[in-house]
Amino acid sequence: MDILFVLINSTANTVLFQARYSHTIPKTIHLLIEFTDKGLYCRQGNFYIDPWRPVERAIITHAHSDHARGGSNYYLCHHYTKPLLQARLGDGNYEGIEWNKTVDMNGVKVSLHPAGHIIGSSQIRVECKGEVWVVSGDYKVENDGITTPFEPVKCNVFITESTFGLPIYKWKPQQEIYTNIQEWIKKNKKNNVSSILIAYSLGKAQRILQPVSEVSDTIYAHGAVANMQQALENAWWNFPKVERITPGIPKSKLLGSIIIAPPSADGTPWMKKFAPYAVGICSGWMQVRGNVRRRNADAGFALSDHADWDGLLTAIHATGAEKVYATHGFQSALSRYLNEHGIEAAEIRTEYGNDEDEGIGNDTNLKQESDELHELL
Amino acid sequence: MKKEEDYKELIEEEHQLDAATDELPSPAPGTGGLAAFAQLVQVLGTSTKTLDKLAALSNYFTVAEDKDKVWVIAIFSGRRPRRAVNVSLLQSWCIELAGIPAWLFAECYHTVGDLAETIALLLPELDETKHKNVSLSYYLEELIRLEKQDELVKKQFIIDAWQTMSQSERFVFNKFITGSFRIGVSQKMMVNALAKTIELDASVIAHRISGNWDPSTTTFNELLSEHATAVDFSKPYPFYLAYAHEGDLSVLGKPEDWQAEWKWDGIRGQMIKRNNELFIWSRGEELMTEKFPEYQVLKDKLPEGVVLDGEIIPAKDGKPLPFALLQTRIGRKNITKKQLQEAPIAFFAYDLLEYNGEDWRNKELGQRRATLEKIVKSVNHPTLLLSDVIEYTTWDELAKIRESSRDVGAEGLMLKNKYSVYKVGRKVGDWWKWKIEPLTIDAVMIYAQKGAGRRSNIYTDYTFAVKDGDNLVPFTKAYSGLTDKEFNAVDAFVKRNSLEKFGPVRTVKPELVFEIAFEGIAASNRHKSGVALRFPRILRWRKDKPVSEINTLEDLRKMLEMYGKS
Repeated sequence: MDILFVLINSTANTVLFQARYSHTIPKTIHLLIEFTDKGLYCRQGNFYIDPWRPVERAIITHAHSDHARGGSNYYLCHHYTKPLLQARLGDGNYEGIEWNKTVDMNGVKVSLHPAGHIIGSSQIRVECKGEVWVVSGDYKVENDGITTPFEPVKCNVFITESTFGLPIYKWKPQQEIYTNIQEWIKKNKKNNVSSILIAYSLGKAQRILQPVSEVSDTIYAHGAVANMQQALENAWWNFPKVERITPGIPKSKLLGSIIIAPPSADGTPWMKKFAPYAVGICSGWMQVRGNVRRRNADAGFALSDHADWDGLLTAIHATGAEKVYATHGFQSALSRYLNEHGIEAAEIRTEYGNDEDEGIGNDTNLKQESDELHELL
Repeated sequence: MKKEEDYKELIEEEHQLDAATDELPSPAPGTGGLAAFAQLVQVLGTSTKTLDKLAALSNYFTVAEDKDKVWVIAIFSGRRPRRAVNVSLLQSWCIELAGIPAWLFAECYHTVGDLAETIALLLPELDETKHKNVSLSYYLEELIRLEKQDELVKKQFIIDAWQTMSQSERFVFNKFITGSFRIGVSQKMMVNALAKTIELDASVIAHRISGNWDPSTTTFNELLSEHATAVDFSKPYPFYLAYAHEGDLSVLGKPEDWQAEWKWDGIRGQMIKRNNELFIWSRGEELMTEKFPEYQVLKDKLPEGVVLDGEIIPAKDGKPLPFALLQTRIGRKNITKKQLQEAPIAFFAYDLLEYNGEDWRNKELGQRRATLEKIVKSVNHPTLLLSDVIEYTTWDELAKIRESSRDVGAEGLMLKNKYSVYKVGRKVGDWWKWKIEPLTIDAVMIYAQKGAGRRSNIYTDYTFAVKDGDNLVPFTKAYSGLTDKEFNAVDAFVKRNSLEKFGPVRTVKPELVFEIAFEGIAASNRHKSGVALRFPRILRWRKDKPVSEINTLEDLRKMLEMYGKS
């Protein structure tokens, strides 16, 4: 394996080499997947994975907006992802395939494998001349009961996300978090206070529907959440029913009710009509008190669709990879830790990680995202 | 290599400690112990509504045991026990238990922004069968005893304690050791909650819990029962604090109803003489008598049973000197003769709260002031001065006088209603501070660091530089002044434009220009720029200004020349 430490400087569009390791870099390098200013690129197969600029051929790990961007001529993704891309990016040339099915791209074998992040989310396996690379996209190792669970894929090189790549991120079992959410809702109901649960419209919102439906007959949903649910139901998914919030719903009906809304709605005048209300945010960032306070939430539930620290390490070990590249998140901490523990690793800077649900501090993005959704769906 | 005996001793010790923990005093059913306190902290930390916080507090004061209540009052009024275990030890035990490298602990700490919380998040999960709920007072009193023990005993105690606690309990327990509880509850709010549960006025409670008392020897009844009598002669009164006035003065009514004084830039303090002893209290309720030995001569000159409110200011010949001078001696345990000479201080008195041992706070300001003037005059000593009353007849005239504040070493004016009583805490209406516009300078951000608390994990602490020829010279840090939205935008910029990383600090492409406001400037040989600013903060983000147009070191030096010398 070539040992290469590449950093993409996203503003200058130049490729920098980390001087510390420069002695290990041979003069000509042919990496199976290169890190370019448009995204992860396989020269041999002539395709990009989750590119952040328009390209000829794109393979998409999942339908969140930081990974699936518009403008490319051709998209390959899991067939669960296809309708979501259609809904979010509009008409285009999308091809959906099954998991584990090998596609030949210029002699490079490409296949998709469940990543367990959200519906349709896939790891991308790329094989050429006996060398196997896997791009994780976003993933979690816990089975959420909706998403096809994460499957480790053996490979030589693993490109992993690291959104929660610090040991302070240790998720509680989801059942425990669901119980906390239910208790919180019950307490609010008792006080005649509405419960506004902030959850990203694709993924987290569907995930909390089941536990929420166990404590309430009616669940109201913000337009963005209702639209996403509609798109999923059109693609034959089944979830507990939600009722779309419309101006026609009388305020009296909303008293003490439960509303699921995307992060972009948090703190907007839209929430006024539910007063009195309490806001509970479902996000991995809620693990740290400061974030709960900063978001001005009444409650924070550290429920995430990303792997926690132990999840990342388990997944990385399970791939058997001899080389790991860590992207978007705490990539420098994770790669240093891996290096110290016998797995060669390096960090890459990408433009992922403005994930609506977990990307704290990207409120402008969130807003745009939700506006887009309103228009498109 | 350790000898066998050592191990025997160790095991012996462990057994003893085990036995001790087996007999931990559990709180009576329904009273809650550490768990209830952890729950309270959780609510106070996340609740966004004052009423909810108040309800949680008074609920706690209703159910908790008396001993725990006394400790909670102590903690929420800033009376943390002395640090029993130093934080680097605490950190190293956590690192050991969590099985992570020290640098990774540091990374986590910079992300969480709070040591106690970082440790609570990193410790291995609680084995539910070992969960115990012990009273708050037990832990706090044990921690006091622990201070004198050797490291091994400390370690054993802390680790054993951790192993019986849930994550939220570990957090508050660690907080007892590492620092103050800054969790969105003010002393005032706690006092109000107490007033709801016991039969005492909030102002009486505020006075009772002020001053010098020891939570480990004071009972709840001694502290707050209706009949408890104050035996603590040093006890100060709660300070009356002013709100800032902005805009037109005419809303205050007639100018002749108001007394104007300079707003001094010093340490607000109370000078107390009771029982033939002199005490100096700061506004932060710190007993500072020993820090200011030059006041001791006043003990024999002041009449018995007197409490003065005023400002502790470095001064020479009755004229204030820059606050920076005071800072050179304030942090020291022992003050040298040289410091006493270089930074002489005076007490600029402006109010009289007690006279002849009688509480005068309910008398009108005019009456308090007249007697205060008599006292100061009869004392006749350069360390006790009157804060002058400013003569004026119209609001316009006063506005002009305000413009000259910097010339006399003040930061603006104070306006006090002549007929007002001396209130408790920050109250709108009778006292106003009317500060002059701050000094400002345009600078570029060159370093950034992640913040703490609600700013953890985003870059909110910045270092700014001015130009010096082709170089950029850092001259100040500033942490506040931007909206959350602006902080987020700057954070995103930092993440994309950092050049180097030194521990938690990132050097950033010098591109973002900010207008920095500050109250004063003084010469400093501790800073590269040669100046130290007073209360620097970000006034606004100058998106319209390129780096080429920021201020220069020369500009700073000119400001120092103009405002930095008295």
